[in-house]
Amino acid sequence: MASVFAYAPAPESRSIVDIAPSYGLFIDGEFTDAADGKVFKTVSPSSEEVLSEIAQAGEADVDRAVKAARKAFEKWSALPGSERAKYLFRIARIVQERSRELAVLETLDNGKPIKETRDADLPLVAAHFFYYAGWADKLDHAGYGPNPAPLGVAGQVIPWNFPLLMLAWKIAPALATGNTVVLKPAETTPLSALFFADICRQAGLPKGVVNILPGYGDAGAALVAHPDVNKVAFTGSTAVGKEIARTVAGTRKKVTLELGGKGANIVFDDAPIDQAVEGIVNGIFFNQGQVCCAGSRLLVQESIHDELLDSLKRRLSTLRLGDPLDKNTDIGAINSEEQLSRITSLVERGEAEGAERWSPACDLPESGYWFAPTLFTNVTQAHTVARDEIFGPVLSVLTFRTPDEAVAKANNTPYGLSAGIWTEKGSRILAVANKLRAGVVWSNTFNKFDPTSPFGGYKESGFGREGGRHGLEAYLDV
Amino acid sequence: MPTNAPAAAHALKDVAASDSTLRRFLHGLPGVDAVGLEARAASLGTRSIKTTAKAYAIDLAISMVDLTTLEGADTPGKVRALGAKAVRPDPTDRTTPSTAAVCVYPDMVATAKEAVAGSAVKVASVATAFPAGRAALSVKLADVRDAVAAGADEIDMVIDRGAFLAGNYMKVYDEITAVKEACGTTARLKVIFETGELSTYDNIRRASWLGMLAGADFIKTSTGKVAVNATPANTLLMLEAVRDFRAQTGIQVGVKPAGGIRTSKDAIKFLVLVNETAGEDWLDNHWFRFGASSLLNDLLMQRQKLATGRYSGPDYVTVD
Repeated sequence: MASVFAYAPAPESRSIVDIAPSYGLFIDGEFTDAADGKVFKTVSPSSEEVLSEIAQAGEADVDRAVKAARKAFEKWSALPGSERAKYLFRIARIVQERSRELAVLETLDNGKPIKETRDADLPLVAAHFFYYAGWADKLDHAGYGPNPAPLGVAGQVIPWNFPLLMLAWKIAPALATGNTVVLKPAETTPLSALFFADICRQAGLPKGVVNILPGYGDAGAALVAHPDVNKVAFTGSTAVGKEIARTVAGTRKKVTLELGGKGANIVFDDAPIDQAVEGIVNGIFFNQGQVCCAGSRLLVQESIHDELLDSLKRRLSTLRLGDPLDKNTDIGAINSEEQLSRITSLVERGEAEGAERWSPACDLPESGYWFAPTLFTNVTQAHTVARDEIFGPVLSVLTFRTPDEAVAKANNTPYGLSAGIWTEKGSRILAVANKLRAGVVWSNTFNKFDPTSPFGGYKESGFGREGGRHGLEAYLDV
Repeated sequence: MPTNAPAAAHALKDVAASDSTLRRFLHGLPGVDAVGLEARAASLGTRSIKTTAKAYAIDLAISMVDLTTLEGADTPGKVRALGAKAVRPDPTDRTTPSTAAVCVYPDMVATAKEAVAGSAVKVASVATAFPAGRAALSVKLADVRDAVAAGADEIDMVIDRGAFLAGNYMKVYDEITAVKEACGTTARLKVIFETGELSTYDNIRRASWLGMLAGADFIKTSTGKVAVNATPANTLLMLEAVRDFRAQTGIQVGVKPAGGIRTSKDAIKFLVLVNETAGEDWLDNHWFRFGASSLLNDLLMQRQKLATGRYSGPDYVTVD
């Protein structure tokens, strides 16, 4: 944005975080090399700088980690809930104390703006541990009968879009309910999970209760298939989710899947326009749109389409894209080269199919993986960009005429994770929300998260709920 | 929106044709979601402004201050001192810009005018039975004419909040147009809503449009005399209103938050709101003002800090 009031760069200092040149796997309370000695590199998406070299888990490491977790399970599950709560509270407090360090680390490894890691990710990570720490000694009152039992070893596979937050969503309820954990972070963002391993040691967590295995899909597959894993929790793509469902079918493993989405953000003609524009921006450009519950399909009532689009375009022109460590940056880097090429090819397909593409004037940095915020107008339900999850800063704009049509179009997707409704009419919010087949429906807001609120999907967005009291069920024998 | 501006301007002419058309128009404006508005204002407040941007912002903010004294105890001496400070806020550093204006009660306009003579500093006066506005229209108009005759460059009028809250929009509209007429061609009119008394954001948006339709040159949050004065959220809302009004009519209107803005940090947050909401066209003192008195000294101290690298202290700026 060329302006008379050009903000000077305001970079957060990266000296607060000390990244070692290499990291091992975290098994049974110790950092260790992979059995076959394999390593991989993790890079910073905004600069392509190599941050560290990480041990790459293989099948033998998965087996070692599951054995360690199995052994730890006996003692951990036998602890009174109030004792487990102490560990969780301690972890939550350490996360808070180290939150600036972790925010910088996450921004370096993931590419998302420091504004988001500092103001959204880290506060939520701590909040999840605090929340589930509170449940640990109250499981008898969770509605699952007296003394609900833990399942055993939880094998957890998490994505790269919210590395530490997804870890918290998985580990906090698992530990609170008395399970032990083997967690595989994504190969592009392993660092915050390894720092979390250090936090577990700092908190004095018994050995083997939490094990962290950075690695690729093969390690995730081995973990899911391991016969001694009792519970599988996965957040990631629908394709991998289906693969996992096939693997665990017919076993006694419990499973929850939190998969893709193509969330509809519905704006009625009586909406608070300025706030709706903010909500649309937050819905699709938060974390560069790399959010499973992103509001990636904008459904606008036809009567206000032009007015809303003018406002939205003007607003997008003020978004600041660039160095994610700059405190004034709104849009950071795409997580990986692979993801960038996926976004690029879907966007090219949208253009080829005749949708109209628009981006604000916006300089992209020379190195790193970047994609300018993008709007597609003249989109119909028949376009690929209205159906496929793009997982990037790309918004498809469709129109509708009546509330019924809005609901029909919103539900006309294989997914069902999130939706948004914008209207000043309360009765319409309730009526429409009841008809939407989505796990979360936000009204006059978007992308709001809270540990007390269950989250999960319908249809190809997966099953099971994380967060809230409902999130306990996935880790209890009920 | 900008594409059909002339047609829209024509359409807006009929808005004030009758009480009912005016009411229908004001109530047809998009609603305001309070949570969303406040969240947006707060998120813009986290912009980090430093080094050259901060130096620029501080000088800009100083040049936008309406240095104000509105006390029953105001004397010619006090007003003269204020005028001198407005012209040369920091005697130790001649590069410091002058403030935009001095703002005084109508009976002090002539004194203020003398005090700032020869400079670009304007004299603003709170005519119209400030701050309550509870007087007959004829009294308010006489107040305005007196101030203008004494040389006021700007009139800050308060609206009749009672009439507004009673839904009597036409009365408010007529008062503003009458005062605007009394301002003549020389004085610019700032319309004060007393947003703290209007209470809801929907009311503030309606008042903003009402003021602009009636010919306000500036819309201003408050008198500084009630509990809740300028806030980032109500100023953001008014910035949205002037932005949308210009898009529809081609007419640009200024914004003045007043009351409660005391620190440089706060002032800079307001400038960020201007920059990212209405845009850079509003980033000068013809279109944006701060109604403040204690703010100036903090801006001066911050300016000295940037220039010297050290904090000086309250004794290094004047107390006027």
